Amino acid sequence: MAIHVQTRVNGQATEFLCEADASALDVLRDTLGLTGSKEGCNSGDCGACSVLLDGTLVCACLVLGAELEGRELLTIEGVAPPGGLHPVQQKLLEHNAMQCGICIPGIVVAAKALLDRDPDPDETTVRFALAGNLCRCTGYDKIIRAVLDAAAAMREGAGVRA
Amino acid sequence: MTHAPHIPVVGSRPQRPDGADKVTGRARYGADLSLPGMVWGAVLRSPHAHARILSIDTSAALALPGVLAVLTSADMAANFSADVAAGESHIDLQDMSRNVLAREKVLYHGHAVAAVAATSQRLAKEALKAIQVEYAPLPVVLDLDAAMHPDAPVLHPGMFTRGLPETPSVASNIASRLVMQKGNVDEGFAEAEVVMERTYTCASAHQGYIEPHACLASAGADGQIDLWCCTQGHFAVRSYTAALLGLDPASIRVTASEIGGGFGGKTTVYLEPLAVALSRKCGRPVKMQMSREEVFRATGPGSATRITVKVGARRDGTLIAMDALMEYEAGAFKGSPAGAGAMTIFTSYSAPHQRAVALDVVVNKPKVAAYRAPGAPQAAHATECLLNELAAELGIDPLDLRCRNAVTNGTPTVYGATLRNIGLQECLDAARVHPHWSAPLGPNQGRGLAVGFWFNHGAQSSASVHLVEGGKLLVQEGNPDIGGSRASMALMAADTLGIPYADVHPVVADTASVGYSDMTGGSRVTYATGYAVIEACRELVERLKSRAATVWGVEPSQVEWRDGVAIDGRDPSRSMSIAELAALSGRMDGPLSGQGSVNLKSAAPSFAVNIADVEVDPETGASRVLRFTAIQDAGRAIHPDFVEGQLQGGAVQGIGWALNEEYRFDANGVMENPGFLDYRMPVASDLPMIDTVIVEVPWPDHPFGVRGVGETPICAPIAAVASALNAAAGTTIREVPLSPPRVLAAIMAKD
Amino acid sequence: MGVQAYRAPRSIPEAVSLLSSEAGAFALGGGTDLLVQQRSGARQPGSFIDLKRIPGMLGIEQLPSLWRIGAATACGEVASHPGLRSELPGLVEAAGLIGSKQVQGRASLGGNLCNASPAADSVPALVANRAVLVVAGPEGERRIAAECLTLGPGRTVLGRGEFVCAIEIPRPAARQSDAYLRFIPRTEMDIAVVGAAASLRVDEGGRCIAARIALGAVAPTVLTSPEADAALTGSMLEPEAIAACVAIAQAACSPISDRRGTAEFRRHVAGVLLRRVILAASQRLAKEG
Repeated sequence: MAIHVQTRVNGQATEFLCEADASALDVLRDTLGLTGSKEGCNSGDCGACSVLLDGTLVCACLVLGAELEGRELLTIEGVAPPGGLHPVQQKLLEHNAMQCGICIPGIVVAAKALLDRDPDPDETTVRFALAGNLCRCTGYDKIIRAVLDAAAAMREGAGVRA
Repeated sequence: MTHAPHIPVVGSRPQRPDGADKVTGRARYGADLSLPGMVWGAVLRSPHAHARILSIDTSAALALPGVLAVLTSADMAANFSADVAAGESHIDLQDMSRNVLAREKVLYHGHAVAAVAATSQRLAKEALKAIQVEYAPLPVVLDLDAAMHPDAPVLHPGMFTRGLPETPSVASNIASRLVMQKGNVDEGFAEAEVVMERTYTCASAHQGYIEPHACLASAGADGQIDLWCCTQGHFAVRSYTAALLGLDPASIRVTASEIGGGFGGKTTVYLEPLAVALSRKCGRPVKMQMSREEVFRATGPGSATRITVKVGARRDGTLIAMDALMEYEAGAFKGSPAGAGAMTIFTSYSAPHQRAVALDVVVNKPKVAAYRAPGAPQAAHATECLLNELAAELGIDPLDLRCRNAVTNGTPTVYGATLRNIGLQECLDAARVHPHWSAPLGPNQGRGLAVGFWFNHGAQSSASVHLVEGGKLLVQEGNPDIGGSRASMALMAADTLGIPYADVHPVVADTASVGYSDMTGGSRVTYATGYAVIEACRELVERLKSRAATVWGVEPSQVEWRDGVAIDGRDPSRSMSIAELAALSGRMDGPLSGQGSVNLKSAAPSFAVNIADVEVDPETGASRVLRFTAIQDAGRAIHPDFVEGQLQGGAVQGIGWALNEEYRFDANGVMENPGFLDYRMPVASDLPMIDTVIVEVPWPDHPFGVRGVGETPICAPIAAVASALNAAAGTTIREVPLSPPRVLAAIMAKD
Repeated sequence: MGVQAYRAPRSIPEAVSLLSSEAGAFALGGGTDLLVQQRSGARQPGSFIDLKRIPGMLGIEQLPSLWRIGAATACGEVASHPGLRSELPGLVEAAGLIGSKQVQGRASLGGNLCNASPAADSVPALVANRAVLVVAGPEGERRIAAECLTLGPGRTVLGRGEFVCAIEIPRPAARQSDAYLRFIPRTEMDIAVVGAAASLRVDEGGRCIAARIALGAVAPTVLTSPEADAALTGSMLEPEAIAACVAIAQAACSPISDRRGTAEFRRHVAGVLLRRVILAASQRLAKEG
């Protein structure tokens, strides 16, 4: 039997119906049309569906849609206002840190979660913070550099570009 | 009128045109599109690795509410005419059809048996359970020895080994035997002062793209079909789908979505023909997407291999003879890259006597797919590790050994071509002067060096360019952008026309909107598709000059094109910009465009040298790559960031293959680790930064000197890492992966 | 038949009642194991009973003699809690090793315990620290020692309607510390091939007066060994004493061979890790001075 859920997604009040075992990722992609979160494994092992649930970094595939009742979800679509970019996004672009790009939405969200709590991480910290985000194209090198660069820019006052 | 000179952009590092979409989540990948009225497809897969299909009863599934169509191999075309265009590899449509949906037999665990379309994913999966399949299990064949045993169960009763002197009378699991040779190895070994022979094995590894296969097909009542999918070649998808279903390719319009990685694994079809056939049956758009488990069980991987290499040398390190027996698992259907392996295994070395015998062997495992320089990493693992062992035996520096024996221009290869304009020596020189090569090592640390080689590919590509009002340029090309190729196309177009990079808008066009293009593979896109873009731009330039000539009343030959501006050769003060010419279109001969179609027969051979440092924990066998330097000849780096990215990504795939990645099967042929948890690809915290050195020895057959760069980066890392690890641990492990239990066992055996 | 319902009870009695009365009802904590198992068919819940909306299930409380951790508290919260970091660094290490940052945002100690995997990272650390589990059920509340929860892989002593609602860990005495190490082939994202925890207490002279070791993934359930502990007790934690402890513990291991490691490898590495984890805990004590 479908469950009625009221929640907030990217700052907007949102309601939907879902089955008991539908994941938050299913809801985002198939019900709400927010396809920026990707399904790479559906088991929490790739990080491509990384989102912030009440500010905590999680894999949307490991959260039930029904659990979102009364919560606040932030997805890749919400990390910057329409047309704007978060410093992590800006630096990923500047470093050309992506190849196929499928892991990048998850990387952006995970890196944002890191920099929200640690404005000055070292390389090792960034690498461990992103260990849950598989990237098969880049060898991570340029991604790590971009996140370190974004941290530096944010310390110097760079914010989300509107 | 004066104009600003165009500053060349080739070789610079601008942001990619599709970058913003990729960092904001707007880019649409295979599973991201939905259509009104869409239903979901799902695939029933074999629980047996080898069995005869006695019967399939789909009636109960079809009777379920919400189930709209069911498909079995009976719905596929049964007979196939000639081969279809297939880029680098030979395609057997009979095999492809049987891989897409099993006919008579299932040949691996996870082999597709039937498909359904239903109004929800949930219903589709429920319907699969209602399909009754009766199997008669057969003995399974899971490795090379089992497959080649005289009494082995035969997977394909009609398969007789090709390439033998006499046509065999008995069916075999050895699909083919290929011999590549030059000189006379027997004479060579007789001359040698030192002969070493070793056997090396590699486990099967998956391409590991993060995006599972996905597609969406919509068949119209008039037989027109729209297909959206993640693929490395939408024209190939068109060809294969049409052939497998007996359809007219012109009736199928394939749009390539953004592609979430491929590495060769998305050069064939799995779901696409099923989605089209289901949509034709039910009259609704059908979406299909694989789970990660399905990706592991039924797509990819690269071949498991066993390669025995023998080298003969003089005491001074001069190589005289090189010989190899290369046994490659093909999976359930013939077509391993054993031949490519044989063509690459000794190509880096000038030994006059070379031979490689390659066997393509079928086993009850998923059919292998191309994986980045198919066949070459395993071959390089064998040769390069043996050369490092030889260097130690002779007391010669491994880099000196390579320099002494490196091929040079004019060397004939075993596969017929004569090498020219190669950059191997330049790469070796770069390694020698790189600080990494002379950096000190600590305890339990070791260093490995290896050379990699790949042919690269040219072949067919098309592109169109169209001037947009205002003088901006639209570029349509037919190759999915898997790693920044839109940026490379835009850079080459900008310099060919003399306009700013930002004025070029590249688009990956669907099969109905641009001419035929072979797949994104073979490291061919920047080379061949880039060439087509340049040709299209050149044609546009001629038209622009002709327009200006008409305006000025001069001959087109009197018009010069410079810095994006037409200049009257007789009166250089008179000029017209591209925007001004574009604005005249309506009053002159209409829209301005250019078309380029190429079939490049040549391709630039590409060499790489890798240096790896590895540290081993002698108590647990755990290892860690401390430092890695990838040096490669790119011909000319059109966009150095993306060239570096290829070098870095290939290195890390090779590191993963060397250390932890492997397909593990139980005795029944069931893969034991079909998920990212236990199929251990490198994560960010496993790795150091990957240093790169781009060597540029221009390839003369390309206007900008481009040499493909995508595949060569994975050739050398396995050997470099394995050699480094063995040096660190004091072991001689010749099996890949060098996982901790294997390393620990070798350390304990040594003690 | 699939999952028919999702319920989020607001009280322990409500949860107990749902878990007792609904066929196939499964307690849902962070879900990082259960959802994956449900999708693979390894477990077939009829309904999810989400425990996270029950007061007390989330949160970390410092009491005079113990730490009380709500069973559904995310491991990430445990791993970043300043008080726990200073008093139970080994437990914090274990909690911080469970999966990725994303997984730690959901996975809980209660779930890690009740999933009953022999390889669970937090269990050896909890057992070494003599954690006690507060179990709610139809008969009311009961307490069981952490090492008594599991019967074997995937099986616990919990009866119908019972669930772990909190974990109580005695606060360390003066000159007591712990450590946790695990072996995985990569640096992250793997299931422990072997896990080892130790909790040590020394007197003012540095003599070990209490020791408890626990090993994961080397037996059907977490492995403890009073004999191995005894080999440390009374010693100065000198190499010979540690070697004796390791030898006893290794002999008690009964590992299996699977896709993650062979039995021989596990037994060997268990010895290496146990030695290292004892040293790590003793170094912490030395730092404390």
